[in-house]
Amino acid sequence: MKSGHNSAAIHFQHVFFRVASGQELVRDLELQVHRGETLVLLGRSGSGKTTTLKLINRLLTPSSGEVQVQGRSTIAWDVILLRRSIGYVIQDVGLFPHFTVERNIALVPKIEKWPEERIQHRVSELLQLTGLDAKLASRYPHELSGGQRQRVGVARALAADPPILLMDEPFGALDPLTRVELQREFRALQQRLQKTVVFVTHDMREALMLGTRIALMESGRMVAMHTADDFLESREPLVRAYVEAFRSTPNLAGDECA
Amino acid sequence: MNQTFWTFLSQNRTQVMQLTWEHIWLVGFSILFAVLIGIPLGILITRWPRLNHPILGSANIIQTIPSLALFGFLLPAPWIGERADRLAILALTLYALLPLIRNTYVGITGVDPAIVEAGRGMGMTDRQLLIQVQLPLALGVIIAGIRVATVICVGLATIAAAIGAGGLGEFIFRGLAMVSNSVILAGAVPAAMLAILADLGLGWLERRLQPRVVASARA
Repeated sequence: MKSGHNSAAIHFQHVFFRVASGQELVRDLELQVHRGETLVLLGRSGSGKTTTLKLINRLLTPSSGEVQVQGRSTIAWDVILLRRSIGYVIQDVGLFPHFTVERNIALVPKIEKWPEERIQHRVSELLQLTGLDAKLASRYPHELSGGQRQRVGVARALAADPPILLMDEPFGALDPLTRVELQREFRALQQRLQKTVVFVTHDMREALMLGTRIALMESGRMVAMHTADDFLESREPLVRAYVEAFRSTPNLAGDECA
Repeated sequence: MNQTFWTFLSQNRTQVMQLTWEHIWLVGFSILFAVLIGIPLGILITRWPRLNHPILGSANIIQTIPSLALFGFLLPAPWIGERADRLAILALTLYALLPLIRNTYVGITGVDPAIVEAGRGMGMTDRQLLIQVQLPLALGVIIAGIRVATVICVGLATIAAAIGAGGLGEFIFRGLAMVSNSVILAGAVPAAMLAILADLGLGWLERRLQPRVVASARA
């Protein structure tokens, strides 16, 4: 056991998050994210999964309890350094419309003042990694399709090679075909890069495909934690309810999903 | 006998040019100061929303004061009241503030929140976000504010002549006193042309800085 080195990249210790009205969006959250795993936060709207994600890169701070990232409390970190060592991908992508694709991807390297050559090399590398044509580098976001834009979003998040990646329903706004394509590619990418990923979704199928472990959240609490394999077999009532909800969604043929 | 407008214009070419020049001076400095004060104030209220009401409220109240009255109020002020053009520039600056503050505020807060969230989440400091992202994206709206302020000032600057600050208003007031349309028009027409030119010129600038961004918003 390495001294002073936690195998948990992220550790939530009895974390509560309350808003001004007193409502608790996250209650007594105890959670560890192991290095190199893809932890999926699965839950319905309002379950607290996005709030939990934002507590990791300190877009939100806990009302009580502590969130530790790489052994240090998020409060103890310099917030800018913390965020620059964590990649962040959101559903609406948030690309800068007045920057070209390559300038968007190069965002963190540029503000970290990397030498120009290293930046250019890294951008080409990332375009390839995320399946984007090198020709797209000088285009602007409005010229790209939704799928291409989110690929740029992922490339941007990976640019400075952060050990941790936070993803908030990144493929949620895409059409089903593109979504499956990106899910598959992301899974392959993750197998190569072995980043520590926290992935928020409400889609169980996505969770099962991408997650090493799945944490089911409901009303701000984590109610179950299973590996992807165990999830479908679980006897816990809330997990079963979730599985049932997906099972009873008719597929295109009009049959119930097996 | 009233001379025709064109006769008067050609006979007093020099004075028309001089008064037009004075007019441009008055408006130019006022807009400059309004930009230097208004844009930072606009940025300030995006950071401290609690200041929103007092600052926008004050600028709003200033707008409602009739211009001639404002000129009159400021006359007794030390240093400012001593020279008519200083006073005029101060008053015009005050009138130009509201569009500038408000458009800066609206422009910055109108930036897609996903963009701000992504930037912040990636580790940009507030300053980097403001300078690299929010201001460039708000520029079109801010210039629209400058355009509105300029057109307002060109019109209001005609009143400055009433307190002796010069500008094209001189002809207007003189024409009123002489009951001569030609003289009035000699002041009003160049002033209107200045307003139109400013409107077109700044409108062109505004459009040049917007297309890409607007296109992406529609995509």
